[in-house]
Amino acid sequence: MILSRRARIALAGAMVVGLAIIYVPLLLVLLNSLNSSRTFGFPPTGLTLEWWRRTLDNAGARSALWTSVKVGLGATALALLLGTCLAFAVQRYRFFGRDVISLLVVLPIALPGIVTGIALNSAFNAGGVPFGYFTVIVAHATFCIVIVYNNILARLRRTGTSLEEASADLGATTFQTFRYVTFPQLRSALVAAAVLAFALSFDEIVVTTFTTAPGLQTLPLWIFDNLFRPNQAPVVNVVAAVLVLLSVLPIWAVLRLSGDETGGRL
Amino acid sequence: MDAGLDGDQELTAVQEAPGSRPVRRDPAGVRAASFLHRSPRVRLAALLAAPMVWLVVAYLGSLAVMFAAAFWSTDSFTGALIKQASWDNFRTLVEEPVYRRIALRTLGVAATVTVVDALIALPIAVYMAKVARPRARRLLVALILTPLWASYLVKAYAWRILLSSDGPVDWALGPLHLSGPGYGLAAVTLTLAYLWLPFMILPVYAGLDRVPDSLLEASADLGAPAGRTFRSVVLPLIFPALVAGSIFTFSLSLGDYITVKIVGGRTQLFGNVIYDNIGVAANLPFAAAAAVVPVAVILLYLALVRRTGALENL
Repeated sequence: MILSRRARIALAGAMVVGLAIIYVPLLLVLLNSLNSSRTFGFPPTGLTLEWWRRTLDNAGARSALWTSVKVGLGATALALLLGTCLAFAVQRYRFFGRDVISLLVVLPIALPGIVTGIALNSAFNAGGVPFGYFTVIVAHATFCIVIVYNNILARLRRTGTSLEEASADLGATTFQTFRYVTFPQLRSALVAAAVLAFALSFDEIVVTTFTTAPGLQTLPLWIFDNLFRPNQAPVVNVVAAVLVLLSVLPIWAVLRLSGDETGGRL
Repeated sequence: MDAGLDGDQELTAVQEAPGSRPVRRDPAGVRAASFLHRSPRVRLAALLAAPMVWLVVAYLGSLAVMFAAAFWSTDSFTGALIKQASWDNFRTLVEEPVYRRIALRTLGVAATVTVVDALIALPIAVYMAKVARPRARRLLVALILTPLWASYLVKAYAWRILLSSDGPVDWALGPLHLSGPGYGLAAVTLTLAYLWLPFMILPVYAGLDRVPDSLLEASADLGAPAGRTFRSVVLPLIFPALVAGSIFTFSLSLGDYITVKIVGGRTQLFGNVIYDNIGVAANLPFAAAAAVVPVAVILLYLALVRRTGALENL
């Protein structure tokens, strides 16, 4: 844009302030995990690594982390399968109701989590499905489909079909074309989509609240459960700090893998 | 990086691959492949079956079950479900002033959050798309995206720390003889605006990125100052993107109850009404009826913004 020097400086200032607003709270979480006091008093009176050591031994947090990983892997696998099929159908075929699909697929994350949660909860109740890993994974897969769908769709749009046509012209069967032409083109997008779907599942709390069984706690549920207990605050602080540090991973993976300037889509 | 663009390599791979001539070895597979090749409808059905069963039958089906449950009631003595349709739940929602007040408050919070996010996102997105150099742009996109993947709960918790009494905000405002807002409605609005900010920045940035520079130069050549160019050229072009961002900020705020619990003090938003009826009151039908309210508001909003083309920007 043709902008005056002053306008450019003002915009750069807004950018810096914006980034500060975004990052100061996160840095604060990191600092707070080293706070030797149990309260939020600022500035901290002293720093210690003691809480980090104790958190590593915390059985509750560890088992919740493990639960989250299992749920995330299950949901990611299902979402990859469903989202990829859907992306192929929408990108490569014309059919009745095709335009509605992008709306349908985004609905589980565009509607508030509590709505999706209650809906699935009533359906599981009505169908007599026992709550547990199965219900949580089904619920998570439902809102993870959109990430896979969007990422694969974007890749399919970019690659087009000419290579596949060439492969067919050269005598490859449908399966060979998929294996040697289509799949290699999609591979990095699939990995990126899987990382993002896993991250989304790993972070989810609301839908999980309504689809889990009493003893089954994912990491966000564990954090929320311990958030209001003053004597657990130091451990919660450390877990929160770990999650802040881990949040770098999905973006790093996506920017490396998908070559997508927008860093993957939601 | 992108395997697909290097066509030669792909074709060589096909020729060298050991399984590339199974024509004689695997006639059944070939028959299946050529059947699929000849029948696009079968291929389409195979692709669509599982996702459609999942999304339409399982997901929309669940929403339908919830909607049906909204018309039921519970026995006030035993707590058992009474599966008899009545409008009682909805009547209560409309007639009780408490619910009307909470609903309006929630709408107000969602609208404020949306406006605040749009105002913060616009200059940031303009800088990213039109001022920053391409290399810096990639880094900035990554910087905006990263916190999107930091845990929702942790971000809300960060604001609980920030706004606690004697916490960082009070400490920073102390020299000015001011104190932070403490936990309450203002804290909820702030925290929600913080949480959904990347959801607004990213579509607006993508929208701005698609505005060709030539249009802006043409506008400048015709004598428009930057402000006028922004109002008359840029804003109409990125409006769908702004609306796309607002769908997230608005809809996610409408149903939130966790942030309210973390930084809201005793504030109640509509999400809490739904949640408390599931948990404390164990009145699933009433919770379902209450959950229909944000869905109705969001569907209305989607219908309103559909003509702007915002849905293609999601």
